[in-house]
Amino acid sequence: MDFNFTDEQNMLRDTVAKFVQQQYDFDTRRAIVKSEAGWRPDYWKVMAEELGILGAPFSEDQGGLGGGPVDNMIVMEEFGKGLVIEPYLGTVVIGGGFLKHGGGAQAGDLIASIIGGEATFAFAYAEPQGRYNLADLTTTATKDGAGYSINGRKAVVVGAPWASHLIVTTRTAGGQRDRAGVTVFVVPADAAGITRRDYPTVDGLRASEIQFDNVKVGADAVIGTVDQGLDLVELVTDEAIAALCAEAVGAMRKIHETTIDYARQRKQFGVPISSFQVLQHRMVDMFMNVEQSVSMTYMATLKLDESNVERTKAVSAAKVQIGKACRFVGQAAIQIHGGMGMTDELAVGHYFKRATMIEGLFGSVDHHLRRYETFSLGDAA
Amino acid sequence: MNLDFSPEDLAFKAEVRAFIAENYPAHLRDVQDEGEELGKEDFLAWHRILAKKGWVNPAWPTEYGGPGWTSVQRYIWSEECALADTVPILPFGINMVGPVIYTFGTPEQKAKFLPPTLTGDIWWCQGYSEPGAGSDLANLRTKAVRDGDHYIVNGQKTWTTMAQHADWGFFLVRTDPDAKAQEGISFLLIDMKSPGITVRPIITLGGEHEVNEVWLENVRVPVENRIFHENKGWTCAKFLLAHERSGIAGVARSKRGVDRIKSIARTESQDGQPLIKDSFFKRKIAELEIDLLALEYTELRTLAAENAGKGPGPESSLLKVKGTEIQQRITELALEAAGHYGMPYFRGFGEAGHNALAIGPDYAHRTAPTYFNVRKTSIYGGSNEIQRNIISKMVLGL
Ligand SMILES: Cc1cc2nc3c(=O)[nH]c(=O)nc-3n(C[C@H](O)[C@H](O)[C@H](O)COP(=O)(O)OP(=O)(O)OC[C@H]3O[C@@H](n4cnc5c(N)ncnc54)[C@H](O)[C@@H]3O)c2cc1C
Repeated sequence: MDFNFTDEQNMLRDTVAKFVQQQYDFDTRRAIVKSEAGWRPDYWKVMAEELGILGAPFSEDQGGLGGGPVDNMIVMEEFGKGLVIEPYLGTVVIGGGFLKHGGGAQAGDLIASIIGGEATFAFAYAEPQGRYNLADLTTTATKDGAGYSINGRKAVVVGAPWASHLIVTTRTAGGQRDRAGVTVFVVPADAAGITRRDYPTVDGLRASEIQFDNVKVGADAVIGTVDQGLDLVELVTDEAIAALCAEAVGAMRKIHETTIDYARQRKQFGVPISSFQVLQHRMVDMFMNVEQSVSMTYMATLKLDESNVERTKAVSAAKVQIGKACRFVGQAAIQIHGGMGMTDELAVGHYFKRATMIEGLFGSVDHHLRRYETFSLGDAA
Repeated sequence: MNLDFSPEDLAFKAEVRAFIAENYPAHLRDVQDEGEELGKEDFLAWHRILAKKGWVNPAWPTEYGGPGWTSVQRYIWSEECALADTVPILPFGINMVGPVIYTFGTPEQKAKFLPPTLTGDIWWCQGYSEPGAGSDLANLRTKAVRDGDHYIVNGQKTWTTMAQHADWGFFLVRTDPDAKAQEGISFLLIDMKSPGITVRPIITLGGEHEVNEVWLENVRVPVENRIFHENKGWTCAKFLLAHERSGIAGVARSKRGVDRIKSIARTESQDGQPLIKDSFFKRKIAELEIDLLALEYTELRTLAAENAGKGPGPESSLLKVKGTEIQQRITELALEAAGHYGMPYFRGFGEAGHNALAIGPDYAHRTAPTYFNVRKTSIYGGSNEIQRNIISKMVLGL
């Protein structure tokens, strides 16, 4: 049992933390959100070239730093503290995850261009009818000569407006919700036949609705095994959830800190509001929520390479904890800030909004409770 | 004990339902259906129709133009309005300053202010809170100094709802700086067009412009615009707070909110089934309905007591706490039900030519901003912590 980080991991955290502190203050983030692009491609270059963090979870053979999920966790937690917008989750964790685990003809080159900061990825998995069921797919890929032709519709694809590549889940066989018959493709975002409608999200990111009309890809666009892609999708999504939990932990730590500071400074009835016991206990409950979330994030991250059953249980358990904590901590922070918490001006509201979106991303508390139940108590156990 | 409405009450219910059906403006329905923020004219349109009918001010005594309804009729009325999802009547004139004026005002003040408040020709805002005076309202610093037959007012108010549209505001100001906190406060009506008033927007979490800062710099206010005695404004303020809290349970609107969640859950699909078949989600709706039922019957008991001549007491704090918790819960479930489509931010979209790729179902569009916005309900009108303090002190004697 060892909860210590290696020297390399500590250095990674320091590097990212320093970047966030020095170059990603709240005003900078606000300007990014309001800008036309909605992200900072120049920062992405900094992350690739100066900080060298985009290779963190890739092996040295692949040109990376030889880390893994713990390194993703560290980066995401520090990003969470600054509400960093740039697509580390979509590109390094998800895009990189598919390429690492699924391979495919293009994997080597694409990983190199992720590490170099040239390629950015978005994960086109959700569909309007599918809710959180990763297998509920009406987007199809049909054989077309040597390659495939993709048709269908993807919903709320976070980071798509910035992406050079899309990871697309499709149905190549079977019924709409069958486990078998799912195939994953990597598709250039500007491929002919792709129509996007871009929009901002409530938490300051950008996303798109994406329509695929006879989008032609070669056989080399397949990631993983044809018709057997769902296991891979679940694995990478679980890795993404663990990373997202780490982001939530970073955001919640910041929310908690900010709230304590505010309660110490804000006076009513001639005393700091931090002296009211009901608020003290609320801040203690926030603290306990954050600490339990840290623990569950570590646990889930360290179990990502275990068997499917163990991994699923761990990740869904963590997502349940984090989802509940995000709601409690976020709401308590706004309440303790009083009217100030309701303003767009203060950072705390923006953390609250991100935390609220994290609750639902890749499955709500209900969804993961059910998934946990199935694996821990139900048929799969 | 008896839970039935009398035949007269049932006839009344039919009458108001028919009136709403025949008279509610169709264009408002469109604005609401599209989930847009309501503008000044949207609020006033329905207000004016009701004023003409004499129904805009259900709680006012008949001598000031009230319809003379019993509290049960008022209950039926708010229930029917909620069912029909009508635009709410803003509380500042009708529920707040109106009753203060007819209770404490001079005949001249009543004649000058009550009729235009009824017709909607005066839009009121409430200038109580200040940066340093929120929960501790009596700590307010805005100063009014007598200068002949005027007060000269200096200071800053904040969180002033809809001040950007307001014609007049009712303000709490300090007229005796040496008195104890709650003494030395006066209640002034101030023309918002007076020189020296600056209104600055505060943008809230969902992106809305609902609240404002109001700066007052050497604003001259005629002494005749003071309600009640100098330095006795706290009496008016306390009276008003009690009025503000009655009806704050919002039971009827919340019932409508629960219906909306059910309808979302019937449409939203999960694993090829409507979400409402999901046992987790169904249970959450059931729990919410039960909470709401408990609140409804608590409110009905309070109403019965009011009918028997007891004014709204500290018990109304219970209605405020539970009512707002339920309102907030409704927004949580709506956001959960919306799934992925809770995430898009809909303000300022709507460019033409994109209809081919609609962004999710209409019911999802405002779920997140509404969830964020409704956090305010446990903060304003006396925060829920303050309400619990009131119950603890005034009801339990702790
Ligand atoms: C959207 C919105 C609209 C509003 N509209 C108006 C308006 O039109 N006119 C107007 O005058 N005001 C308005 N208000 C102001 C509102 O009444 C105040 O926000 C409210 O009184 C709380 O004050 P505060 O924001 O300064 O918070 P604070 O008083 O600073 O409270 C901060 C936190 O401390 C807690 N707290 C404070 N005292 C105690 C205590 N003794 N024990 C335990 N906990 C305590 C509070 O519950 C809260 O959680 C509005 C506010 C909002 C958010």
